[in-house]
Amino acid sequence: MSLWSWARFLAIVRKELIQLKRDRLTFAMMIGVPLLQLTLFGYAINNDPKHLPTAVVDADRTEISRSLVAAVQNSGYFHVVWTGERLADADRLIARGQVQFLVHVPAGFTRALVRGEHPALLVEADASDPAASSNAVAAVMQLPKTALRDDLTGPLAASAPATEAFELRVHRRYNPEGTSAYNIVPGLMGVILTMTMIMMTALAVTRETERGTMENLLATPVRPLEVMLGKILPYVAIGNVQVGVILLAAAFLFEVPMVGSLPLLLLLTQAFILANLAVGITISTTARNQMQAMQMTLFFFLPSILLSGFMFPFRGMPVWAQTIGEVLPLTHFLRVVRGILLKGNGALDVWPHLWPLLVFIAAVLALGLTRFRRTLD
Amino acid sequence: MAAEAVIEVEGLAKSFGGRRAVEGLDLRVRRGEIFGFLGPNGSGKTTSIRMLCGLLTPDQGRGTCLGRDLLTDSRAIRREVGYMTQRFGWYEDLSVRENLEFVARMYEVRERQRIVDRTIEELGLTQRQHQLVGGLSGGWKQRLALAACLMHEPRLLLLDEPTAGVDPRARREFWDQIIRLAASGVTVLVSTHYMDEAERCTRLGYIAYGKMLAQGTGTELLERFGVNRLEDVFIEVMKGLKDLR
Ligand SMILES: Nc1ncnc2c1ncn2[C@@H]1O[C@H](COP(=O)(O)OP(=O)(O)OP(=O)(O)O)[C@@H](O)[C@H]1O
Ligand SMILES: [Mg+2]
Repeated sequence: MSLWSWARFLAIVRKELIQLKRDRLTFAMMIGVPLLQLTLFGYAINNDPKHLPTAVVDADRTEISRSLVAAVQNSGYFHVVWTGERLADADRLIARGQVQFLVHVPAGFTRALVRGEHPALLVEADASDPAASSNAVAAVMQLPKTALRDDLTGPLAASAPATEAFELRVHRRYNPEGTSAYNIVPGLMGVILTMTMIMMTALAVTRETERGTMENLLATPVRPLEVMLGKILPYVAIGNVQVGVILLAAAFLFEVPMVGSLPLLLLLTQAFILANLAVGITISTTARNQMQAMQMTLFFFLPSILLSGFMFPFRGMPVWAQTIGEVLPLTHFLRVVRGILLKGNGALDVWPHLWPLLVFIAAVLALGLTRFRRTLD
Repeated sequence: MAAEAVIEVEGLAKSFGGRRAVEGLDLRVRRGEIFGFLGPNGSGKTTSIRMLCGLLTPDQGRGTCLGRDLLTDSRAIRREVGYMTQRFGWYEDLSVRENLEFVARMYEVRERQRIVDRTIEELGLTQRQHQLVGGLSGGWKQRLALAACLMHEPRLLLLDEPTAGVDPRARREFWDQIIRLAASGVTVLVSTHYMDEAERCTRLGYIAYGKMLAQGTGTELLERFGVNRLEDVFIEVMKGLKDLR
């Protein structure tokens, strides 16, 4: 006996599509919700995260430069997670979002300082999430006034004039003006997909139970996997329509720059859509009625928007919250969207966010399959 | 008559939240028989039928359906059983044709197009094949549901009150069809509240409070209870039950 029947699977897909087509309200909602949300979320949510991961490139390697790095760390906003000498290595870290700041002490910094040449200390900030970096940037601005007060004594005191011994150059990368729409709009894409995709599929199986069609369906030789995947596939198409709507709005309404590769973004979006559909269908197999299905959807949706870095800067959350956040598909998707749209990330840069999504899909689908009730018990 | 048992179960029991719905059901139905399942509302007819087609897992008991084990081989049973639910359970937002095509695909029916065409024609729904099922009357829905469970040519039919709400003429056509099917070797188990339908069954079983109280052919039962209408057998059985308590 066959384990999988294409005929049955396609019959389910076909049936779902017909039902979807005839359900005008749902159809309108799927296009209406993204537009509505995009309009509503026009503002930023501010916060003051500390201990942001920072990479330090100390090409100078002197007492003074070490003291500077210590001062950066002491401001409380920065947590040095990586130290090295090659700027290119650090650059990759910031591009992948593994650090949010890059402090660069150029070679010869101390020499120039002693000669009173007013050298520059470079700080690069990942401003694609402006709420997360603005306060830290403000703190680093104070450094030149205070950092070297204790070091520049004795013969060096001469080079420590009343004002600033060196210049500080801060580059806000990816989003120079710190425009919050640049951050919010790509984020909204993830939030909207999470909400609609999970909700639609969460109702898919429970609806059949409530209407009494589940009994007939279960009495046929259909397999759980055929039902589950058959119910998921039509929504992949719907999800892509939503993505289209949001990307068009992002480009033309909010003028979000699109630096990276669109095909790459769309490819990763498929994984994200699938992850959400897997959650929805699994909820669907567990909930006894549509009401429960809606509640469980919310139960998943709330942590998703709160702990993914959409609502609050991810690095500003306590470790336990970050740990939960790392499991959620939205967290990874946000990094992917921001990475590709704003930073121009390539395939290699986004891989660290793709595999957690794939693992998530497999685990959740497997859970759903074991929960799928083959009987009416 | 060949004694090949199509349904053979012993001691099937099912409870819902501690309440017994079916208790120690023994049943033996042979090939080509039309077994009538009679009993008051809530007596456990639907529950019994669902256990026979693998939709409910019995708490106790064992048995076979079409020679396959009820507990371990319910998938194979589903392929060869035609089950018609008591409550209409096909898609109201799909048309008549779309529903039938869906069912045919679920059972991987060969020559699907031809079978669906024929089914629609026999139903007399050619004119309304593209109408949404939600707009059909109750009786027409019943007829559609029966047609749907016949498309894959099942060897065993489990029909749960198939003619509830169907007009007399359609009911007669329906029963003529059942008898034709039985003659061709299909086994039928049908629950009903209509005594004229009970008369057309080859054997009857009376169930109440989840227990099978009497079984036999119509004439056997009439003799045993000393009455001359099947309806009175029903009354006598229920009386006996009161005496037992
Ligand atoms: N899913 C269920 N959950 C809880 N109780 C149930 C369930 N299904 C049936 N029951 C109970 O089991 C008993 C038998 O029900 P069943 O539907 O089998 O009766 P029936 O003989 O088919 O009745 P009717 O003639 O009204 O269709 C009833 O008391 C009913 O309330
Ligand atoms: Mg019933």
